Amino acid sequence: MISSEPDLRFPCRRSYDRDGNKITQTRGVLLQTGLKWAETVLNKSCLSLIQKYLKLCSRDRLHCYCLCLSTGKRDNMFPKGTKRKFSDSGEEPAVSGDEPAPAAAPSAAVRALTSAYSLQRQSLLDMSLIKLQLCHMLVEPNLCRSVLIANTVRQIQEEMTQDGTWQIMTQALAAAQCPTDRLVATEVLCRQTDAAAQAGQSPKPFSVVGLEEGYHAEEVVMEGDVETEVTMSTLSPVSPQLSSASYLAGTFGMGPCWEEDEDDDGECEEDEEEDSEECVSEGEEGDRDHLSADSRTGEQVFGTFEIKHPAPPPDPALEELFSDVDPSYYDLDTVLTGMQSAPKMGPYDLLESLSSHGPTALSSSSSCRSDLNELDHIMEIIVGS
Amino acid sequence: MAGAGGGTSDVQWCFSQVKGAIDDDVAEADIISTVEFNHSGELLATGDKGGRVVIFQQEPESKNQPQCRGEYNVYSTFQSHEPEFDYLKSLEIEEKINKIRWLPQNAAQFLLSTNDKTIKLWKISERDKRPEGYNLKEEDGRYRDLNTVTTLRVPIFRPMDLMVEASPRRVFANAHTYHINSISVNSDCETYLSADDLRINLWNLEITDRSFNIVDIKPANMEELTEVITAAEFHPNQCNTFVYSSSKGTIRLCDMRASALCDKHAKQFEEPEDPNNRSFFSEIISSISDVKFSHSGRYMMTRDYLSVKIWDLNMESRPVETYQVHEYLRSKLCSLYENDCIFDKFECCWNGNDSVVMTGSYNNFFRMFDRVYRQDVTLEASRENSKPRSVLKPRKVSTGGKRKKDEISVDSLDFNKKILHTAWHPLDNIIAVATTNNLYIFQEKLN
Repeated sequence: MISSEPDLRFPCRRSYDRDGNKITQTRGVLLQTGLKWAETVLNKSCLSLIQKYLKLCSRDRLHCYCLCLSTGKRDNMFPKGTKRKFSDSGEEPAVSGDEPAPAAAPSAAVRALTSAYSLQRQSLLDMSLIKLQLCHMLVEPNLCRSVLIANTVRQIQEEMTQDGTWQIMTQALAAAQCPTDRLVATEVLCRQTDAAAQAGQSPKPFSVVGLEEGYHAEEVVMEGDVETEVTMSTLSPVSPQLSSASYLAGTFGMGPCWEEDEDDDGECEEDEEEDSEECVSEGEEGDRDHLSADSRTGEQVFGTFEIKHPAPPPDPALEELFSDVDPSYYDLDTVLTGMQSAPKMGPYDLLESLSSHGPTALSSSSSCRSDLNELDHIMEIIVGS
Repeated sequence: MAGAGGGTSDVQWCFSQVKGAIDDDVAEADIISTVEFNHSGELLATGDKGGRVVIFQQEPESKNQPQCRGEYNVYSTFQSHEPEFDYLKSLEIEEKINKIRWLPQNAAQFLLSTNDKTIKLWKISERDKRPEGYNLKEEDGRYRDLNTVTTLRVPIFRPMDLMVEASPRRVFANAHTYHINSISVNSDCETYLSADDLRINLWNLEITDRSFNIVDIKPANMEELTEVITAAEFHPNQCNTFVYSSSKGTIRLCDMRASALCDKHAKQFEEPEDPNNRSFFSEIISSISDVKFSHSGRYMMTRDYLSVKIWDLNMESRPVETYQVHEYLRSKLCSLYENDCIFDKFECCWNGNDSVVMTGSYNNFFRMFDRVYRQDVTLEASRENSKPRSVLKPRKVSTGGKRKKDEISVDSLDFNKKILHTAWHPLDNIIAVATTNNLYIFQEKLN
C-alpha cells in the first residue's frame, strides 16, 4: 500500500524514500515523475495536462530554491561576481557544504564541473532557461526581459563551451536514455551539438547512478510560505558526485532522446499551437535543423514574436498513435474559459483553482476535472510504487 | 522661488500629502505606473495599471500661510485606456498607462497618454459657465411646447460650479508591433515620438493615421536580436535631435536632418565596462531604464540598475558624473535575478535648475544627488512619516556587519516596495514620489 499519498493540494509533502528516510517532495517532483510515467506510457492526454500544469506554475514569482543546489546557501551564489579559475575549483567543496566533496572524478574537466562555480553557473543557466519558458499565458511577454535573459544564457553557453564543459554535459545528456523533455530548455541544449547526438548512447556509469540517486534523495529547501512552494518542477540532485551533465538531466527531469526529437516537436506543435505565440520559447517554429552547431537560443525565444512558423509536417506514425486525442481540447484557452470571470488571475491562482478539489474547482469543463482527478490518481500510483 | 535645488545644500524635505488608499491590500488596478508634472507645475498627472489618469491641481497659495505652497487636490479623473484583446495573436493588451506627457500649455491642457499599443491625446478643459435661456428648451433640457413660446430671447452664460472635462482628441493606434515604452513631445510642439522595443515612430499631433518610422533596430532575423530600445526622448531645445537608450547600456543621439531613417546615430554614448565588476549579470544591470535630458539641454541623465549617470552631450566616451544608487545590491544580484527584481525599470528626474537629480530604490526609499555640492541623501516615503510638515529624516542602509541604530540592513529591505516613478516640479522644490499604490508629495521646508 502507499505509505504516504501525495496530496497535490499541498506543495510540500512528507514521504519516504527507499531507506525509510523522510524526504520532502514538492509538487515539482511529483509532476516530474508523473511526466516521466506519462511519457513512458505515451499517455498524451495526461502528458499535455501535466505540461499545462507545469506551465502554470509560478511564473514571475519563480522561486528557484528548487533550482539552486539543494542547500540553504543561496546567498553564496555569485557573491562577488568574480570568475573563479579552474585551478582552485577542484578544491572547493560543493556549495551545499553538507555533502561530501566528489570522491573521485574521472577527469579534471569533470572535477571542474562539480566545482562550486560551475555548479552555480549551471543553476544560473537552468534558472534562465526556466524564466524564458515561463511566460504570461494571456499577455505578451516582456521583450526586453526575454532578450536580457537570452543574452545571459548565451553568455553562459559561450563560457561553458570554452571550458569544454558544454561538450561533456551534452554528451552525458545524450547518454541519459531518458525520454525527451518537452521543455524547450533541453531542446535548446540539444540543438547545440550534433556530435553528441550521433555519438551513440554509451551509458556512462556515473551519470546513470547519479540520476537514480537524484530522484530519491532530493531534498529541497523551501520557505515556510506555502504560497511560494508551488514552483517549477526542476530539482537538483543532492549528490555532488554527479557531473553537471546528469545534474542538468535531473533538473529538467529528463535528458533528450535524440531520435525522439522530431516526434516531440510534432507533439508540441499539436497541442500548443494555440499558445505558441504567448510562450516565449517554444522552439518548434525555429530552425528544425538541430544539427546546426550555432547556438540557437535566440531563435526559440524570439521566433514567436514575429512570424508564426507553420507547423512541421506531422509524422504519420505519430498521428496514428494520437489520432484519438483531440488536441484542441487541451488548448489552454479552453481550459481557461471557465475562469474568464477573473481574467487577471495570476498564475498561482490559476494553478490553485485547477488543482483544488474544493468547490472552487474548475467548473466549466467537468471532463477536465475528471482528467485532473485521473492525474492525481496517477500521481498516487507513481509515488506509491 | 526658482527651483534652487540645493542653495545651501541644507534643503530639508517635509511631508506634504499622500494620495491613495491606506490599506495594505493593494488592488492591482491602483498601482501607479507614471507620474508627470505639467510645464507650469500646477497640474500633476498620474496613470495607473487600470488605465486611469488622475490629475491633481495645486491650490493657489493662500495668504494665510505664505510659507506653505498650495496643496494638490484632485482635478480630474478619467479612464484613458481600456483593456483590449488582440484577436490576431490571441493576446491581451494591457490598459496600463506607461507614460504621460503634457503638451506645452495653451488655453486648455493637453496630455498624451499611452499604453502598450495606443497613444491618446486628451484635452482637459474647464467649464465654469453654462448657457441659460434657450428658446426651445427648458432649463432641464426638455423641449418646450412651441405654442408656449411667445417671445425670443438671447441665451446668456451664467457661472456654474467648475466642471473639468477630459475628452479624447486624437487616437494614435496601430503603429506599434511591440510594447510602447516612451513618448516624447518635440520642442516644435507639432510632433512627438513614440518608442517601442524595436522601433521609434514620429507623429504629427494632428494626424493619426500615419506616422514616420525613424528608428528601426529589428534584425532581419529575429534570432539575432540581442538589444532592444528601452527609452527615448526629444532634445528640449533642438527639435531635430533625440536620443534613445538600449538594453546594452548604450545611448544613441540622432539627428533627424541627416536622413529619414535615423538608424545611423550621430553620437553613441557608452561607458566601457569595468573588468573588475564583470559577472553574468553585467549586461542586465547595464541596461538603461530611463533617459532624461536636462532642462538646459546640455546634459542627459541615464538610469541603469545600480547607478545614475550624467552625460555631457559633447562627450561620448564616458559620463561626466556617476552616482551609485544602491551599490549594496551588487552582491545580491543573483537573488534579484531570481525574483526578477533585476528587471525593474527605475525612472529618474532633474530638478528645475538641473542641480539635483532624483531616483527611486527599494523599501520605498528614494535618493537625491546634489551635483553642485556633491551630496546625496536617502529618504523614505512611508506612512510613518506622514505627519503634515514633518521633516523627513535621512535613511541609511548598513552594508557592513555592524549596524548602527536607525540603519537598516540590506537583508531587511523590502523588495516589493519599490519606487519606480518620481517627478520634480519644474520650478519649485516640490516632488511627487509614487510607491506601489500611493502618491507622496513632499515639499521643501520653508521657514
